[in-house]
Amino acid sequence: MQLKRRHSLKKGVSIRNALTTATCTLLGGGASAQASATEVATPWEFDSALLYYSETDRVTAIEPVIKMRKELNDNEFINFRIVVDSLTGSSASGAVPMPFAQTFTQPSGNKTYTTNANETPLDPSFKDTRVALNAEWEKPLSRTLKSNLGANISKEYDYTSLGASASFSQDVNARNTTLTGGISLSYDIIEPVGGVPLGLTEMPDFADGEKILEDSDDTKTVVDLLFGVTQVINRKTLMQLNYTYGSSRGYLTDPYKILSIIDDTVGANFGEIINQGANDGASYRYEARPDSRAGQSLYWKVVHQFEEDVINASYRYYWDDWGISSHTIDMRYRYQIGGGHYLQPHLRYYVQSEADFYTPYLLDSNNTTVKEASSDYRLGDMTTTTIGLLYGVALTASSEFTFRGELMTQSGDEPSKFGALSNQTLFPDVDAIIVQIGYSFQF
Amino acid sequence: MTTMITTLCFSAIITLATGCSVQTVQPWERDILAQKKMQLNPAPLETYLDEHIYYSKEASSGGSGVGGGGCGCN
Repeated sequence: MQLKRRHSLKKGVSIRNALTTATCTLLGGGASAQASATEVATPWEFDSALLYYSETDRVTAIEPVIKMRKELNDNEFINFRIVVDSLTGSSASGAVPMPFAQTFTQPSGNKTYTTNANETPLDPSFKDTRVALNAEWEKPLSRTLKSNLGANISKEYDYTSLGASASFSQDVNARNTTLTGGISLSYDIIEPVGGVPLGLTEMPDFADGEKILEDSDDTKTVVDLLFGVTQVINRKTLMQLNYTYGSSRGYLTDPYKILSIIDDTVGANFGEIINQGANDGASYRYEARPDSRAGQSLYWKVVHQFEEDVINASYRYYWDDWGISSHTIDMRYRYQIGGGHYLQPHLRYYVQSEADFYTPYLLDSNNTTVKEASSDYRLGDMTTTTIGLLYGVALTASSEFTFRGELMTQSGDEPSKFGALSNQTLFPDVDAIIVQIGYSFQF
Repeated sequence: MTTMITTLCFSAIITLATGCSVQTVQPWERDILAQKKMQLNPAPLETYLDEHIYYSKEASSGGSGVGGGGCGCN
């Protein structure tokens, strides 16, 4: 019967290869099965990468990562991933630029930094190293049911995250359909430099005043649920549809972000920060976000192979109870050059609406009545556009080298402005470059 | 306007992808689907690094899976 179906096999593919594929699939692969011929002693598969991410005048990150994978038994795998994330540079404080220089107290309370006139305030004390470990265990529970258990821990000097996840995949419909259910839990501890400021209290002057603290640290818990369907459409097409629900509770505020308090009384200082240059009055307040958040998403992906080239495209719609909704389109086209070489253009477009409590600044006339506010541009009306190109080459049957370069731009509309604010740019574009080298091999 | 463009792009992708009907694929017909480049996530490290960047820079995250781990991302 299989010989009779030889005509349906791709030209150049031997019956032996087809039988190997079929055997492996029958042993445990589902709609997204990989061909992995089981041998007596399976090698460790290593996947490594070095990422360089740099924003113009802001953050730079260098991130080496290595992933190890080994097949223990038939379709039973263990995976380990180690990441080191080194960050330097400046991060937007949330304050608005002014036609004069502004001096801010650093979160530690021990130093100040000054931003020049007409420049976006950036906190230059941003420096961090993050180490993250992840382990996963994939195990078939029956011929058609597979489990994936995971655990992760990450540590920064002011942030610790502990997490666990479990997902189960059931193949049905002659393994053409895979149903997936998953859950992940995480418990994060936030220990900001200088303590956790009480939301919307004043950032003290360096010379006098003291930061009003909620505590020295705080926590948050995150629960994510996933339900997904993966469907084989035909021999060359695979499709996935996921629904996710996520709930976060606890301290969801950024302890380092502030808001400018703007004088909205018509007069000489109209549109300027209040108490400018004074030693006994604050011009800024710490931000405050709600202590819970529930978000949902629909995620759709298709993978299709043409003659040799492959398109991998996805769309996500996200919405939450902070008032944020977003659309994300991501597309990669793998163009086979020949001889194991390929080029892969990448396009990504993201657009989001602002959070209900997002505001670029506080008005002096009502800043004491506001309960929640943040000027973090990442919560505003915004688009992100990414364009990139990856080059890959198979060095041997089990090793591959990749190199990619991408440009990312984040931009948003200017909010309403008045008085001294009118000549300022409150939502400057954020441009970043992404460079990554990757090497995978077996050992 | 932006939402309209997004919706149009999304519709175009769906039309492109679902222009073909669903066919039952037998185990011995999975030579193409079994290739690494045909996996839903053919480059897990690249995906991980991208998701970490966008988690840090945007207000939305997730969708493709569960697990991973949090960060301060200030």
